[in-house]
Amino acid sequence: MLTFTLRRLLLAIPTLLVISLVIFLLVDLAPGSPMSEIPLTVPPDVRQRMIEALGADQPVFVRYVLWLRQFFWVEPAYLFDSWFGTTLAEGEQRILSWQSRSPVFTIIGQRLPQTLTVIGTAYLVGILIALPIGIYSAYRQYSLFDQGGTLFAMIGFSVPTFFSGTLFIIIFAVWLGWFPTKYDTQLNVTDWDSFVKQIKQMALPVMTLGLANAAAISRYMRSSMLDNMTMDYVRTARAKGMSERTVVLKHVLRNSLIPVVTVIALGIPSIFGGAIITENLFGVNGIGAALIGAIHASDLPMVQTLAFIFAVLIVLFNLIADILYGFLDPRIRYD
Amino acid sequence: MKLRAALLGAVAVLGFAPAAFAERGADGEVKLTFPQAVSIVNPYLSGGTKDILAAAMVLEPLAVVDPDGVLVPRLAVEIPTMENGGISEDMTSITWKLQPGLLWSDGTPVTADDAVFTWQYCTHPEGGCSQATKYEGVASVEAVDASTIKVTFAAPKPNPYTAFVSGLSPLLQKAQFEACLGAAAPTCTDANNMPIGTGPFMVTGFTVNDTVSMTANPNYRDPAKPAFATAVIKGGGDAEGSARAVMETGEFDYAWNTQIPPDSQAAMAAAGKGQFVVAFGTLVERIEMNTTDPSPALPEGERATAKHPHPILSDIKVRTALSKAIDRTILVEVGYGAGGRPTCNVIPGPEAWASDNEGCIAQDMPGAMALLDEAGWTDSDGDGIRDKDGKKLSLLYQTTVNPIRQDFQALIKDWWTELGVEVELKAIDPGVFFGGDPGSPDTFQKFYADVEMYANNSDNPDPETYLGQYQCKNAPSPETQWQGENINRFCDPAYDALHAELTQTTDIAKRQEIAKKLNDMVTKDSMTVIPLVHRGTLSAHSNSLGGVQINAWDMETWNVADWFRVK
Amino acid sequence: MTDASTTPPKPASQAREIWQQFRTHKGALFGLIVLGFLIVAVLIGPYLWVPEKLTVAEAIKLKNQGPSLRFPLGTDQLGRDMLSRMLLAGRVSLAVGLVAMLIAIVFGTFIGILAGYFRRLDSPLMRLTDMFLALPLIPLLLVMVMLFRDRIAGLIGPELGAFTLIVFAIGITSWMATARIVRGEVLTLKEREYVLAARSIGARPNRIIRRHILPNVVSPVMVAATLGVAEAIITESVLSFLGLGFPPDFPTWGRLLFDGLQYMQVYPERVVWPGLAISLTVLSVNYIGDGLRDALDPRIRGR
Repeated sequence: MLTFTLRRLLLAIPTLLVISLVIFLLVDLAPGSPMSEIPLTVPPDVRQRMIEALGADQPVFVRYVLWLRQFFWVEPAYLFDSWFGTTLAEGEQRILSWQSRSPVFTIIGQRLPQTLTVIGTAYLVGILIALPIGIYSAYRQYSLFDQGGTLFAMIGFSVPTFFSGTLFIIIFAVWLGWFPTKYDTQLNVTDWDSFVKQIKQMALPVMTLGLANAAAISRYMRSSMLDNMTMDYVRTARAKGMSERTVVLKHVLRNSLIPVVTVIALGIPSIFGGAIITENLFGVNGIGAALIGAIHASDLPMVQTLAFIFAVLIVLFNLIADILYGFLDPRIRYD
Repeated sequence: MKLRAALLGAVAVLGFAPAAFAERGADGEVKLTFPQAVSIVNPYLSGGTKDILAAAMVLEPLAVVDPDGVLVPRLAVEIPTMENGGISEDMTSITWKLQPGLLWSDGTPVTADDAVFTWQYCTHPEGGCSQATKYEGVASVEAVDASTIKVTFAAPKPNPYTAFVSGLSPLLQKAQFEACLGAAAPTCTDANNMPIGTGPFMVTGFTVNDTVSMTANPNYRDPAKPAFATAVIKGGGDAEGSARAVMETGEFDYAWNTQIPPDSQAAMAAAGKGQFVVAFGTLVERIEMNTTDPSPALPEGERATAKHPHPILSDIKVRTALSKAIDRTILVEVGYGAGGRPTCNVIPGPEAWASDNEGCIAQDMPGAMALLDEAGWTDSDGDGIRDKDGKKLSLLYQTTVNPIRQDFQALIKDWWTELGVEVELKAIDPGVFFGGDPGSPDTFQKFYADVEMYANNSDNPDPETYLGQYQCKNAPSPETQWQGENINRFCDPAYDALHAELTQTTDIAKRQEIAKKLNDMVTKDSMTVIPLVHRGTLSAHSNSLGGVQINAWDMETWNVADWFRVK
Repeated sequence: MTDASTTPPKPASQAREIWQQFRTHKGALFGLIVLGFLIVAVLIGPYLWVPEKLTVAEAIKLKNQGPSLRFPLGTDQLGRDMLSRMLLAGRVSLAVGLVAMLIAIVFGTFIGILAGYFRRLDSPLMRLTDMFLALPLIPLLLVMVMLFRDRIAGLIGPELGAFTLIVFAIGITSWMATARIVRGEVLTLKEREYVLAARSIGARPNRIIRRHILPNVVSPVMVAATLGVAEAIITESVLSFLGLGFPPDFPTWGRLLFDGLQYMQVYPERVVWPGLAISLTVLSVNYIGDGLRDALDPRIRGR
């Protein structure tokens, strides 16, 4: 397993380089320009000078190499400097967003905590709701509980978040007045009151996202459990006189987790990637909102950096999923 | 004594006094929300209105434009005119006097050097300043003494109120931005996000594309203002959400740009927590006619260029018929409600500059049909679509993706279909449409369609620059990398000559007369542009926020110092 | 486990057997009927329900009406009949949803099985999957439109061209999850005794995959399919906001839902109809998937 992991990690480097180049070319090729949000009253020659000031008129490979250097040398050096007070990155240009002219990593640093708390909580809540529902629905297939769970799941994923989010706002914020509609990113949790405030403002986005996540995961859990329930080893275990609890939770569950682990692992990078629509709707300044804003403004350095970090996470979590397979089913071997 | 007189003067000039002369910071916090979040607080590095709205609370120009389109002094003592000697006889220079005793928010004095520096900052060739047009034609800016700023123009300038006027070109502090000239401009992150200003507020916290936190400027020239101790601008979401946060949940005091359907406006207003306010500038939603042939059969490089005139729309009768078939009143009712009104002009305001052209307001379907018959377009094969010489009267009508524009497209398509015109619709992502990427076929400048719809406006009450767009030389073409503002490729030597005359004319009444003539030449005389709706900026504020005076000629936050909490 | 190599089952009888089992599944039958009804409705509905021709001025007076005999589902903000719009929209949405889902499922399952079964293909195929997962969706779609829209439209006409492009765009961007899930399943399946047994008697990979692997990955694939239909219908509406997709006067369920959103408080029925249609479609596909899985499982079928 160790050699497998090491080999995969080494292989990840060229993979990621290729991915970064493809992303760069793709974003560069996409129509749109960093000037698209500038009012029409700004004349073309001024626009041209603004583009030159951004460096956006340089050939694409020059910009790609510059980005690589900034990402792999300047930014780490800068981080090293800020920790140890050295001057490695002195005078070096960090990756700057075209839209806001701020360093991209500063923006990510500002946004990551919100993304992790809100989207991460929603994901966790989703999993915690989904697993029991999935397990029990499969155990009592076609029972009332199962039918109810199916209906819940269907509604959960056939209703897009832009719809459920707006619905929640109207019910819980406008009619009932329980929760705020806009997320206050400046709120510091210091005492009980501010904690309650934080919970309140997280409620709506977490509900919206949690519903969607729970719906999908519970379906995978249920179907995988159903597959395993009819296996011979389950019959054997029951015949041996094991309690239902042991049979279901120890034998069936463990063997049913493979597809579920894949789904969950595939989903974790998307926590970092944020949830574009939900973040926008509730004003959570997460990574997703930053990415979509940057895409609309053709903010190439921002899009490129975010997409690349996202790629690293995807590769990493897929590796983790592969390693977990080995634990869940010792018969799987990669070497 | 002198200071007090100046302060009283300032209050009198603003012509507005809060209900009670409360002390600074007595009213707590004011919360604003924008559908687009603030990216940067330096207006010279941003063109987005959202950024400049925030900057206008911090940075101030020498003079601002009030809601009536009249200049009022801000940092200047008075507006320089020919009469008071502020403008030289030959109109090549204008001299501004700073108010005495002005301080930056860090306590240092404001001097004429700061203005000189601001000019250098924005005109630096490597700076990429987005407000460069404000300093166009400026030969030099000098500090005559510590409080006197002399702007000299390269040629006589009939409208010298561009540099240092309006929220688009405020003064920067030299000390803060000195190291940020030219190529270094974008690297000064702290200065760009937390500029030191003279305005009622100063930035204390900034998260990019999310929140700007501000506190009252302790050195603001009026000791009683602002009434609020802190201000917060939260960005993101959509117009719907912003409006709701003010009008229904009452979480925010002010929401900018809340353009939502008229029905929803009424429903939200009924909640009784706030009100919508609207101001009309020069923003006009219009249909532009392509005078060149966009047929894909033409080779790239000749497609949609002046080499090939449009096979259908070159005939003014067809263009007129298309305009006559549209009922602009219905469009306003469906799309904008109180936020719009029908118009036939490219320059719909200010009053004194707007032509009295109203001929297009009433729909005239029979007239339109008669015109098409006259032009030789008849339905000879009985399929409901007019044709002429075997060619069908078929048009491609494009615009950006936007619910109101799609409603307009549907309605106008219906009217034109009634007329016997076949219409194909197309909606394009606004980032692509307005992006100007010469590699994309879908930009509004390339205009690979027969007609297209969008909105445009003049950023100055004086429309000289705006009207200059329709000169022959500004037509986008492959030679100009498809850049240029004359997107119809309208070309009339008489128009160019008249516009040249406008740039030389100094008498204000004469200028207005010429502007009206130019407006008529592109609209009712040639039907190159079909104006549809004069759009206002629609914003919302809660009933507990007082002092709001929405302004279409300058930033909406122009008088934020006078805002107060209604008790 | 019957020995596949000596007693080849007759395909016809097996299909009938599967259908017999499928019929006993109440949910599946319900799903089939509902989906069938929806498909028939959108196919022949527009011919049966022809809304009266109104001029713009007349229609505007009738805007935002609630359900009535004249307009069974009410009218929209321009006074257009919602029923006829829903029927037209359903054609596009059902076609896009089902076809795009099929593309994604077939392609994803194919990649997943290849990667899971053949160790040599695993690494390159999974890295390809990683890359597709990492690509930012919106620029990818914008580039695809820019490069291909005019060419496809020139070849097969604008409407069919738009359909092909949409279906292809959705398919190409949504197969990755299926591929990874299927691969994970295959990795465990191929170490199971019966697969090892089949291999030891010299069955060719082709046969093992079809006979032993494929039937056992059906259930996660079915879930992915259910999710896929919903996602495709919604993604289609996202695409129209990028200017990709059908002309703006072409209704689809996703777009009607999105358009209705800003009227949700004032006229809630505007979001209820398209929302209901999408949910019903997804629900019926899900039940059909459930029934199909049970029907394909020989252990259940035997009971």
